[in-house]
Amino acid sequence: MAKSQEQLQQSRSLSSLIYDPKFRSYAFQILLLLVLVGFGWWIVQNTIVNLQAQNKTTGFDFLGVTSGFDIGFSLIEYSRSSTYLDVFIVGILNTLLVAVTGIVLATMLGFVLGVARLSSNWIIARMATIYIEVIRNIPLLLQLFFWYFAVLKSMPSVRDSLEVISGAVFLNNRGLYFPDPNPNDAFLWVQIAVVLVLIGGFFLQRWSVRRLEQTGERFPYIPVFIGLLIVVPAIVWFISGAGLDVSYPERNRFNFQGGIQLPPEFVALLFGLVIYTAAFIAEIVRAGIVSVNKGQTEAAQSLGLKDNDRLNLVVIPQAMRVIVPPLTSQYLNLTKNSSLAVAIGYPDIVNVFMGTALNQSGKAVEVIFMTMAVYLTLSLLTSVIMNIYNARIALTER
Amino acid sequence: MSNKFAYVRTEMAQAMPPPVTQTGVVGWMRKNLFSDIPNTIMTLLAFAFLVWTVPTLYNFLIGNAIFVAEDGTPCRAPEAGACWAYVIDRFDFYIYGFYPESEYWRPNLVFVVAAALITHLLWPELPFKGISAIAFFVGLPIFAVILLNGGSFGLPQVTTEKWGGLMLTLIIASVGIVVSLPLGVVLALGRRSHMPFVKYVSIAFIELWRAVPLITVLFMASVMLPLFLPEGTTIDKILRALVGVALFQTAYMAEVVRGGLQALPKGQYEAAHALGLNYFKSMYFIILPQALKHVIPGIVNSFISLFKDTSLVSIVGLFDLLGTVQATSALVEWKAPHQATTGYLFAAAVFWIFCFGMSRYSIYMERRLDTGHKE
Repeated sequence: MAKSQEQLQQSRSLSSLIYDPKFRSYAFQILLLLVLVGFGWWIVQNTIVNLQAQNKTTGFDFLGVTSGFDIGFSLIEYSRSSTYLDVFIVGILNTLLVAVTGIVLATMLGFVLGVARLSSNWIIARMATIYIEVIRNIPLLLQLFFWYFAVLKSMPSVRDSLEVISGAVFLNNRGLYFPDPNPNDAFLWVQIAVVLVLIGGFFLQRWSVRRLEQTGERFPYIPVFIGLLIVVPAIVWFISGAGLDVSYPERNRFNFQGGIQLPPEFVALLFGLVIYTAAFIAEIVRAGIVSVNKGQTEAAQSLGLKDNDRLNLVVIPQAMRVIVPPLTSQYLNLTKNSSLAVAIGYPDIVNVFMGTALNQSGKAVEVIFMTMAVYLTLSLLTSVIMNIYNARIALTER
Repeated sequence: MSNKFAYVRTEMAQAMPPPVTQTGVVGWMRKNLFSDIPNTIMTLLAFAFLVWTVPTLYNFLIGNAIFVAEDGTPCRAPEAGACWAYVIDRFDFYIYGFYPESEYWRPNLVFVVAAALITHLLWPELPFKGISAIAFFVGLPIFAVILLNGGSFGLPQVTTEKWGGLMLTLIIASVGIVVSLPLGVVLALGRRSHMPFVKYVSIAFIELWRAVPLITVLFMASVMLPLFLPEGTTIDKILRALVGVALFQTAYMAEVVRGGLQALPKGQYEAAHALGLNYFKSMYFIILPQALKHVIPGIVNSFISLFKDTSLVSIVGLFDLLGTVQATSALVEWKAPHQATTGYLFAAAVFWIFCFGMSRYSIYMERRLDTGHKE
């Protein structure tokens, strides 16, 4: 009798365990953990066995080894005798260069196109629509191939270079040439002056807003700021004796000398990325503008706000709230898409590090891990900055 | 009484027609093209641009283009435009890759069956969606592998090295969607789970794949997959790319589905609980049907990016549509100056038709699903 009661109790506690959501959730999580750990262990074991079979060692020692290959375009000193770590850095810098330039240009083009698509001018709106619909629906890689192989490679040779701006900017199948400003040492003071004016402008703006809120008087801060931005550096320029020793690209028999040369790979990649991403940015901008209710504009008008204030204080802040999050993801997309450089030979990180360096050193696991870590860092950094910004502009409900 | 004042009208005057400048073509132009001076300037500039580009484009694409040619000689003429004859000559290669010509009916049959199933799935009015969904997500992949690969049922085997062209593009895109949709749903549910470990594993998986470019995933799949598997296992080149694409797409799909889950009001979850449904039943009968319906446009959009992204497999050495076009762009037999451009234009047109069609469908669904009480 007593025995059967014990059994009953045991079975009841067992069945209550099965129906206890807390217990089930723990059990399931532990099970998942075990499966994942087991899977990870299986992969690591396999990799170790495979690497041993191929007589390969692991570790990051290879970063100190001389790479022994050339890179066509680099922002820092790089030569054949540099190490794999230098290759890594050159790759990151080249990726950042094309990404940052691309983001700036794509934003400008995208905003223009987005506004143009909403233009009351029929033909302008139609042309912007056609641009967006054509570009968005064709793979970026195909567009890069087109710019690189069909356009830039069929550019005239050095001898018959196109003069984009007479005597200053040239385009041929070896790339884009433009003047190098070559600032002298004293030019540093001018740069410092510009930075100081920019910082000053920030405080000036805050001061003028505070004054407006306290006294209702306006301070013409934008004209003053622009004036300062021109006048102060100009004065510093003359006092410090700064100067530019502009070197123009000059053509000799076989090539150009002087100036700055951008390789065709960079130009094609930049073109492709900017034109492609601008189409997406234009759609985001359009959606942002459309999302601001017409009633908001009318309310601002009935409050007696001037046109400028209406835009700056009512319409743009609300549109930006819609625009910024997807715009950020477009910036990230552009950065990630810059990895297509590998297809046309621009030496970005995927091309030189994940491509050439991986093939030469054979350190597949380490190289792929490092490359992915770079992109992961970039994207996490961007999303942290964006979350801060988003929190600042988010709607505060009262 | 009524006729006392002779000068008062007894009937209404005929309404005057509106001024010519306000109606018809002239009125439309005044309103939409020349409303003020900046607009007029922009219109004129736009016209100048069109006058400059459209005839050039027309001459290149049609006017001076070579449609019929035995070899590259006519295309090499100095004034010749696009060399369409070359695309026509290579057409089979662009569509089927190296697939043997006698077996073309196999991919064709798969295309037709897949197209029929997709049409049925996407046409909102048609009934029996469940059957075609099962057929598409389970039956079609098996059918496609048996038919395309062959080696059984008396079909000669066609190894995957011979697959290519548009056929490969469509295969990769379809596998991407077939794998990523169910896995994406699981991950999205995982990300919203109350179990912390499940939640953070899902977040880590999704964010890891979304943070890196597809090309690094493809490189990883093609270099590291053989290392991950037990010694001696060989893994097909196409299969490696498929694994990479599927992992990548799953992460994106999970985020799309999560959007739909988040859009559902909490009351739906509570109602499902109140009815006494367990987790799986409440998801299957209450939550997912509504959430997935709402994100159909999002799913289609993410499929469009997947479709464009399939072109990246040409970088890891597969001959998809772009790969075949690129491979023949410098073909010596033709050696026409505009050969590469013509090939790219053809590939661009094919991609564009698919992507634009899908984006129209997504807009149509968005309108249909918008029941008017947004927010």
